[in-house]
Amino acid sequence: MLEAVNLTCARGERRLFSGLNFSLPAGGLLQAFGPNGSGKTSLLRIICGLTAPAAGEVRWEGTNIRRLGEDYFAQIAYVGHQNGVKDELDPVENLRISCGVAGNTLSKPEAHAVLERVGLSKQKHLPARLLSAGQRRRLALSRLLASRARLWILDEPLASLDDDGATLARNLISEHLNNGGMAIVATHQEMGLSAGQMQRIEL
Amino acid sequence: MFRWIVWRDLILAWRRRTDVLATLFFFVIVVSLYPLGIGPEVQLLRRIAPGVVWVAALLASMLSLGRLFGNDYQDGSLEQLLLTPQPVYLLVVGKVFGHWLVSEIPLIVIAPVVGLQFGLSENTLGIIVVSLLLGTPVLSLIGSIGAALTLGLRSANVLVAILVLPLYVPVLIFGAGAIEMSIGGLSAKPYLLLEAATLVLAMVFAPWATSAALRISVE
Repeated sequence: MLEAVNLTCARGERRLFSGLNFSLPAGGLLQAFGPNGSGKTSLLRIICGLTAPAAGEVRWEGTNIRRLGEDYFAQIAYVGHQNGVKDELDPVENLRISCGVAGNTLSKPEAHAVLERVGLSKQKHLPARLLSAGQRRRLALSRLLASRARLWILDEPLASLDDDGATLARNLISEHLNNGGMAIVATHQEMGLSAGQMQRIEL
Repeated sequence: MFRWIVWRDLILAWRRRTDVLATLFFFVIVVSLYPLGIGPEVQLLRRIAPGVVWVAALLASMLSLGRLFGNDYQDGSLEQLLLTPQPVYLLVVGKVFGHWLVSEIPLIVIAPVVGLQFGLSENTLGIIVVSLLLGTPVLSLIGSIGAALTLGLRSANVLVAILVLPLYVPVLIFGAGAIEMSIGGLSAKPYLLLEAATLVLAMVFAPWATSAALRISVE
């Protein structure tokens, strides 16, 4: 279970949000809505542990994530607005290396299967710099499938995806939730997701 | 994880090998300019050789520091690396080691060849290689602190030079000292041992400082 207690975020002098509380059980989905600049990305980065909140804390199974450190990182997968895709590597290498670095070795056939699922089987030996923005996004989402993380943290997951890609992203998230995973999604548009445990935050 | 990081950076460097070659050419050209500019006075060339080789090595290693974390920072893979369930310390050591293999090993290999222009003996050329082998990892380690601190800043390259060059001074003194001793026919061992001691110190403290700097820069 993930809990946020009294989270406050400030960017310079400006206070983006304060006193934010929520708790997310297994199988739960949290959607953060808000216009551009409302602090959605900042919230996600705080939940990831990349940024420290100005006040309050994020707890995983009751312990502050700042204290859990690497044990917490093993539980989460983050797709930010940057894809984290290396231009010089092809999709298979990108996927296998990012998994390998995370201590989760992926064989070549496994990587091919994941890439097929996200619709990149034709491009799997093309350097990523030749991929379109949507295809890079799919590649970033493929990391989620390959990871064993329980909590997915997604920043505008539908950005630059076509209709098929958006459907794919929704299916991936729904499957993950049905398997008892959790997801936190920041978006400025309706995702059209349904889950047993759904919460909304307006920033 | 360590192996994956090193392997990753080696592949990336291979796919962008012009960057690596540029650093190497820079080193070769800077070292070669002195004999060309000063003329074939062997006595004088021998006197300046230690300093020239080491200053060129410092500048060349500075040139490559921007690549250490810069590309990963820009495409978002650095935050992914920081979110892996492994200690950041290990990530930093892996990246610095990869950087050393890619940017410094070629210099060490080419150094005896460019050193020939200074009329040095075989023994001294050997000492140049040993002193670079011990000293260049320190350059990569200390440089990683500067590279991490200046991530995402506009004038990062100039700032790195101002931050890091003063910290390179001990390596310069010990490294050039070893070569100088060898040219004078004395044992280079004391200086080499000092270099080794600097290396041990840098290995213990630099990755720790770099990890902290990375966390701040990514925030």
